[in-house]
Amino acid sequence: MVSAIAQSVHLSDVTYKWRPDLPPVLDISTFSVAPGERLFISGPSGSGKTTFLNLIGGVALPDTGEVTVLDSQLKGLSPAKRDAFRADHIGVIFQLFNLVPYLSLIENVLLPCRFSKRRHARAASEGGTPESEARRLLTYMGISESALDNRRVTDLSVGQQQRVAAARALIGAPELLIVDEPTTALDENSRQSFLEILFETVARNRQTLIFVSHDERMEALFDRHIVLSDINRAAQPEDIAG
Amino acid sequence: MFTFHLALKSLISRRVTVFLTVLAIAMSVMLLLGVERIRTETRYSFASTVSGTDLIVGARSGSIPLLLYSVFRIGNATNNISWRSYRELATDPNVAWTIPLSLGDSHRGFRVLGTNGDYFKYFRYARSRALRFTAGKPFEDVFDTVIGAEVADALRYEVGDRIVVDHGVGQIGFSSHTDKPFRISGILARTGTPVDRTVHVSLGGIEAIHIDWRSGAPARGLRIDAERVRQMNLQPKAITAFLVGLKSRFATFTVQRRVNGYGAEPLLAILPGVALQELWSLMGTADRALVAISVFVVATGLIGMVTMLLSGMNERRREMAILRSVGARPGHIFSLFIAEATLVAGIGAILGTVLLYAGLFVAQPAIEDAYGLFLEVGPPTRIEIIYLGAVVVAGAIAGLIPALRALRLSLADGMIVRS
Repeated sequence: MVSAIAQSVHLSDVTYKWRPDLPPVLDISTFSVAPGERLFISGPSGSGKTTFLNLIGGVALPDTGEVTVLDSQLKGLSPAKRDAFRADHIGVIFQLFNLVPYLSLIENVLLPCRFSKRRHARAASEGGTPESEARRLLTYMGISESALDNRRVTDLSVGQQQRVAAARALIGAPELLIVDEPTTALDENSRQSFLEILFETVARNRQTLIFVSHDERMEALFDRHIVLSDINRAAQPEDIAG
Repeated sequence: MFTFHLALKSLISRRVTVFLTVLAIAMSVMLLLGVERIRTETRYSFASTVSGTDLIVGARSGSIPLLLYSVFRIGNATNNISWRSYRELATDPNVAWTIPLSLGDSHRGFRVLGTNGDYFKYFRYARSRALRFTAGKPFEDVFDTVIGAEVADALRYEVGDRIVVDHGVGQIGFSSHTDKPFRISGILARTGTPVDRTVHVSLGGIEAIHIDWRSGAPARGLRIDAERVRQMNLQPKAITAFLVGLKSRFATFTVQRRVNGYGAEPLLAILPGVALQELWSLMGTADRALVAISVFVVATGLIGMVTMLLSGMNERRREMAILRSVGARPGHIFSLFIAEATLVAGIGAILGTVLLYAGLFVAQPAIEDAYGLFLEVGPPTRIEIIYLGAVVVAGAIAGLIPALRALRLSLADGMIVRS
């Protein structure tokens, strides 16, 4: 499905400053991820993780250099196109509080389909309707049928919340998954099963996975490991702003 | 449309705070519409209180006090008109009819008006409508009385009932004319004017109950019973005011000049239309002030809404980042907040209207009771709809404050909130 693309994500000579008069927080000469690759990125606070992910997601633009995602140069796209591009091609899982508190489980999972026709169509072709695909994914993630319809997202355990978030990132099979510290709040067992399911799905859909964590114990599970502060020449690990 | 759906869900999830905010706006809207409605109805009620009367004549005071006591039965006359002067003016060749009015007594809070049969013949209200009887007929005997619809309703009187007139106009008179009860001979149909709240008796009746009184109290040792009174001369020595109908409206100023320059006693003739307008312009400032106050109250409600939306902003940065991560544009975040503000203002406006109607249903009798003002429960008027629209638009505009802040935060945070 993604084999025609040379590189999933490519950064070249990228710098980023919060304000023009401040030194850059990010300065990366080159970085790339191959399609279908499972990449583990670690880095202490202050290594520019947040900025790095916002750049790949297209919600921030570099001051210099190029960010290319799935062969699209993000700089060349209008802000609205970048937002649409993200909706179409990227699934994101955060560390904590991943869900919109006032939406139901199903509605949370369906959010990307609201903003992307492409993912709406793909979800529909997988599961008949996006709703049934959302149910399938949630059940697959180990959310019980009864919890699915009756629980409010705020009543879910952290582990369950992360599974719902994963279902949302996966619905409509986006080519790129960005996962930011998803297991920090999970206990050992939950983490294990969460990762298993995630890897299984990613492998089946041949999705590219960028997994950010400071927990280097998980490194072994991935194809490749990059320490962000090693490639970011502007990294200031002692700086608490991360 | 999806943003609207999100906004609605988001508001529902915070229903307690949102409900209180909506309630504040609703009450302010109710106040605004209520003031507007009372203003309109007051104006209409004013305009329709007297019609067909060309001049009102009373003792010289001001045009507004004269209008107030002669037409609205509010307050008291400073002085009377002697019977002789009245007759002399009433027989002016330009005058078609007159209605004498004699005020000063009350019955259980309702004013008693002494007049004559011409009252039922010539008095007109609300675009030339004549008085109508729902039961009985005009007074014939000295101790007959005709009561207004509201008097009959409030006190559950029927034709044939006997009532006692109180001296003075307090809620309960200090002293009563208990020795000379009146028999209800007729009940008038509702008019929506002060007539409804009036107990009408003949001028002779007024004279009769005071015949054995001196200086506002029963004269000691003087008791004249009802039967003997009937035999006496009951021609009044004075009346409070009289309404004049002219043969031709062109004579209005001639007659007015004659009254105002009348030598025997200082009198005042006013044109009811002009006096009404004058009174209205006085009230007008008061009700414009009320409208201004209501507008400020609405603004306060909207500020409350902005406060609510702003205070939740920090907790919602995650939510905004999630929406951005799934492909929402900054514009979606912006419109989410505008939609929330518009919804809160809109629901407030609707609830306010509902409260207004509920309030009207409940308060209508009380308002009519206390002020003789009949508030019609009709569909919203054009100006009211404009007000409602303005509240919603103002809500949307007020929503700019949280929306712009959310937009700025969202642009800074992107899809990942720095923690």
